[in-house]
Amino acid sequence: MARRYDSSTTTFSPEGRLHQVEYAIEAINNAGTCVGILANDGIVMASERRITSGLLAPAKTSEKTYKLCDHAACNVAGLTADANILIDQARIYAARNHYVYQDPIPVEQLVEHVCNYKQAYTQYGGLRPFGVAFLFAGYDTQHGFQLYQSDPSGNYSGWKATVIGSNNQAGKSLLKTEYKEEAPSVQEALMLAVKVLNKTMDGTAASVEKMELFRMTLDEDGNCQHHILTANEAKQVIDSVTAEASSSGDS
Amino acid sequence: MDTVLAITYKGGVVLAADQSNARSIISYQSNLDKIKELTSHSAMGVAGPNCDLVRFTEYIAKNLALYQLNHDGTQLSTKAQANFCRSELADALRKGPYQVNLLLGGFDEKAGPSLYFMDYLAALEKVNFGSHGYASSFCLSIMDKEYREDLSEEDALKIIDYCIHEIHTRFLISQPNFMVKVIDKDGVRVSKFGGDPADT
Repeated sequence: MARRYDSSTTTFSPEGRLHQVEYAIEAINNAGTCVGILANDGIVMASERRITSGLLAPAKTSEKTYKLCDHAACNVAGLTADANILIDQARIYAARNHYVYQDPIPVEQLVEHVCNYKQAYTQYGGLRPFGVAFLFAGYDTQHGFQLYQSDPSGNYSGWKATVIGSNNQAGKSLLKTEYKEEAPSVQEALMLAVKVLNKTMDGTAASVEKMELFRMTLDEDGNCQHHILTANEAKQVIDSVTAEASSSGDS
Repeated sequence: MDTVLAITYKGGVVLAADQSNARSIISYQSNLDKIKELTSHSAMGVAGPNCDLVRFTEYIAKNLALYQLNHDGTQLSTKAQANFCRSELADALRKGPYQVNLLLGGFDEKAGPSLYFMDYLAALEKVNFGSHGYASSFCLSIMDKEYREDLSEEDALKIIDYCIHEIHTRFLISQPNFMVKVIDKDGVRVSKFGGDPADT
C-alpha cells in the first residue's frame, strides 16, 4: 500500500509519512557507529572505523571526524559523498559568518543552517534526501560546550550523550544507565565512549585500528582544541576500559 | 557639516551630535536626533545626508532586531554589530554607497563599553574617543588631551561639554543644539538635548 507513495520525496503518504526520508534514515543504520558524549570540560566523539578491504590504502585523514571551524567539528554516519557536500556548506557558512561579524558563529546557528539545507531536499526539487546523520560538537561563549544530532529529515536536537549509526539503540540504552547526572570529565567520557562502541560492535574485540577517538577541549587562553587521539593515547583508554571490565566481576 | 562626537569612560560611552538639518541656505530642522538607537545597549551617531542617515540606520537597526527574533533573543556583541555595519557599507560601496560616517558605541556585559569609528568607505577601527566632520579639527585635540583610562561618567560628559563649547566659539557654522546620549549597563538614555526631537 505504501509502495505507491515511496518514490517521490516530496509527497506525503496517506498515513502522513515521508517514506523517502525514512528510508534515508534506514540507510544510516547500516553505517559505522558514532558516539557523542558531553563532558563538563569538553566533548568526546568516538566512531567505528570500518575497514572493508585489506587492500585499502591507510587513510591520511579521518573519514568520520571533520573540523568545521575553530570551535566546531562533526562526526558523520552514512554516505560519505553526501556528507562532503554538507560539510562544505557548513564550513562556508561558518567562515562567511565570521567575515561579517568577526565573531565565532553560535554553534546552534551553524547546525540549523545545515539542517535547513537538508530539509529543502525533503520538500522541493524531486531530489533524494541526503543519506547522512551528523553529530555536531561545538563551543561558544554563550552556551559553552554543546552536542547536537541531526538526520536526513533536517531535524536536530541537543544531547548530553547520543549514538548514531549501526546498533545505535544498544548504544543509547547503555548510555541511559551509565551517563551520570553530573557530567563526566573528558577522560571518563572517553572511557564511556569506548564502552559504548564495544557494545555496538559486539563480537569484534576492541582495538585501536577499529576505533577513532576525538575530543574537544579549551586551552588556558579559552581557545578550542580539536584532537584525534593518537594510537598510543587511544590504546591507553581502551586498555583501561578492558581492565575495568575484567576486574568488575570481582567483589 | 554634521558634528558627531563620542568618548568612552569606565562603565559606558557618551555619544553627542549636533541637531541641525540644513541644505544650501535653508534650515529644515534644528531638533534632529542623529544618534540612532540600535539595540537596548548600543547606538550609532551618524554624519551625512539625511536620506542615507535614515536608510542606513533603520536598515541596520531592523536587521539587528531580526537577528534577535531569529536567534532566541540573543543579542550581537557591539563588536559584531560594528563589523556587520562595516560589511554592509563595504557591500554597498561599489553598488550604491551610503554616504554616512559613523560612531557606534555600545555596552556588553562581558566586554564592557566599546566605541567603533567607521567612515563611508567602510573603514572600521575600535577607538577610545572619536569625532566626525569639521568638528574633528576643533575637538579631537581636546579629547586627546583630556582622555584617560578611568574617566567617570561626569568626567566624560564634561569633556563633551568642552568640545561643544569649542564648536560654539570657533566653528563658523552655527550649531546651537546638541543631542547627548549615554550608554551604560542600564542601556541607552538621553542625557540632554538642545531641541526636543519630538516637537514636529
